[in-house]
Amino acid sequence: MTSDTTIASHDEPVLVLEPGRADKHYWMDLWRFRELFIILAWRDLSVRYKQTVIGVLWAIIRPFLTMVVFTVVFGGLAGLPSEGDAPYALMVFAGLLPWTLFANSLSEASNSLVDNANLISKVYFPRLVVPSAAMVTALVDFLISLAILAGLMVFYRYAPGPQILLLPAFTLLALLAALGPSLWLTALNVKYRDFRYTIPFIVQFGLYVSPVGFSSQTIPERWRALYGLNPMVGVIEGFRWCILGGEAPLFGTSFIVSLVVVAFFLWFGISQFRKMEKSFADLI
Amino acid sequence: MSDVVIKAEGLGKKYTIGHQAENGSYLALRDVLMENARGLWNKTRDLARGRPLIVGDTHEEMWALRDVSFEIRRGETVGIIGRNGAGKSTLLKVLSRITEPSAGRVTIKGRVASLLEVGTGFHPELTGRENIYLNGAILGMTRAEIKRKFDEIVTFAEVERFLDTPVKRYSSGMYVRLAFAVAAHLEPEILVVDEVLAVGDAAFQKKSLGKMGDVAREGRTVLFVSHNMVALRSLCPRAIWLHEGKMQDDGMAGDIVADYLGLQTAALHEQRWDDLATAPGNEMVRLHRVWIEPEDDRGVTDMPRETPLKIGVEYWQFDPAVRLHVNLRVYVEQQIIAFTTASSEDSGWQAMSLRTGRYRSICVIPAKFLNTGQHRIYLRFYKSDTKTIYTLEEALVFDVIETEPRQGTWFGRTSGAVRPRMAWSTEYLGQYDWNC
Repeated sequence: MTSDTTIASHDEPVLVLEPGRADKHYWMDLWRFRELFIILAWRDLSVRYKQTVIGVLWAIIRPFLTMVVFTVVFGGLAGLPSEGDAPYALMVFAGLLPWTLFANSLSEASNSLVDNANLISKVYFPRLVVPSAAMVTALVDFLISLAILAGLMVFYRYAPGPQILLLPAFTLLALLAALGPSLWLTALNVKYRDFRYTIPFIVQFGLYVSPVGFSSQTIPERWRALYGLNPMVGVIEGFRWCILGGEAPLFGTSFIVSLVVVAFFLWFGISQFRKMEKSFADLI
Repeated sequence: MSDVVIKAEGLGKKYTIGHQAENGSYLALRDVLMENARGLWNKTRDLARGRPLIVGDTHEEMWALRDVSFEIRRGETVGIIGRNGAGKSTLLKVLSRITEPSAGRVTIKGRVASLLEVGTGFHPELTGRENIYLNGAILGMTRAEIKRKFDEIVTFAEVERFLDTPVKRYSSGMYVRLAFAVAAHLEPEILVVDEVLAVGDAAFQKKSLGKMGDVAREGRTVLFVSHNMVALRSLCPRAIWLHEGKMQDDGMAGDIVADYLGLQTAALHEQRWDDLATAPGNEMVRLHRVWIEPEDDRGVTDMPRETPLKIGVEYWQFDPAVRLHVNLRVYVEQQIIAFTTASSEDSGWQAMSLRTGRYRSICVIPAKFLNTGQHRIYLRFYKSDTKTIYTLEEALVFDVIETEPRQGTWFGRTSGAVRPRMAWSTEYLGQYDWNC
């Protein structure tokens, strides 16, 4: 072995593999693998709609029935107030939309690494591609259920204000809120396979502690900041503000706290994921 | 010309395995509680630090690779050999970035594509066409690249008619052909291949090996792990031999493969007994020595197919009244008798006078007669053509190997218990002549 042979850098990228070496090209690599992201997302979608005949229908039925139940239980039986003069069903649905997006994203992404074990152990690519591509299915379901929202608005003759244009921004916020915890959970799932049993619990529990069936206005003012620690509080408030207009006030304490929590989880999720990423192939 | 594209320096990969400690016959509850408390504490700490949790009381470190250093230059085709568990696959996984090394470093120039399994990521519900795009993207091809090569891939795989059928309805042959076709059309600067040529039927294997040869000839760097030594020697001028995670040798493929095969087999090329009293046999005959050797030494430990092989038997005969037949039964794999031969086939044998003493019988198996693979010889002594006097099972065990590179692109094993070279001739007889 001659030690004087050095690797001349031409136009080709030079890659150095060392234990614990932080990969400088990671984000660039992620961009380079964007086609893989698209194709994995497309695979998940086409498999989903090929296997279930009622694939599209399912994305509509589930949130619709949940909305009916919540409206009856919270709005009817419990007699909780809506936001402003918005119909209770509409208010529930405006909360249900981001919640379903969050819950589906979380479940799809959390299981994604284990589901793609054969890829992880055989080929290299930035592993971040897998959980993020898995979230696309949830996003498509979300877009489909937007149709119900439109239907409800027509039914109640409720026209949204100009702030509806900001809906994509809040959709992104919902996705980011799901991405952080998902990355952490999916990485943990690789190590401890029984971790995935916690996910349905988180989703079910989260549905009741988030202001889905009721307005966050019903929470006393002094508890709002604490309530905002649930990142979905901010996201749902944002959605209601977009859809129901000025009736639902935004930028309260809980919203700000939620934003901070989302940012923290995103940072935490990514850093935990990056830390464990290199050992995935050994553990999976 | 001679620029290095892969440089590994002191490369190591460590795995940690947990063991359940062997406990005594009884356990104190206190110990159990302590152990659990300590375990819980350790686990919590590991969890907090993001370290892998390992089940077991004691942890053992296992180095799958240790202190491996080498350089590979642009355009080289290098074979990697070693037993199962020698670290070949781990090395390929490190080089293709699937797992990170635990020690040392690797510097790689250029795009690496790894082919550790054909059909990675194939989805049974998707059609052939969809799977080509999916698999191509997984292997690192861009959509434009796949589009450009699409027809070529389909033609190579011979699945034109089934392009829009879900691959779950494919026969296993079609599936493998399609999977290999996608992989074969990758165009990275460095291609890492693990044992994927052992798939498909003989005709397809031939085609895939031909394709591998093309890739190498195009000046791309290829790293190739295979147990097919004939293919490896024919495709790779250079070989790296890994043994228990360490570099055993690095050099000319021919030499390395020969050394490797020599170490590999539990060959029995000679047995010798010097004490007349304890040598195997009975009151009529006792064995002194049995051996096999190639007629000309080719510097390999195994028996080369291309040279005559000499099997010798030396024995003591105690009964002057019997004419002993030395009978050799040659077994190949799966307990198939390739042939049986006896010393009585010699025309001078009948004319030999009978007396006690030491004898030597030599049998020469002609060159290019045996097939490759392991052979075992059962030795028998007969008297009066039919009566067995003594049998020594597995008197000799040896591997027959091919030492000359083959022409063409087929490197598989020719079927048959033996592989004699026949006299063949083909001649041209002229144009069609319908009146003939």
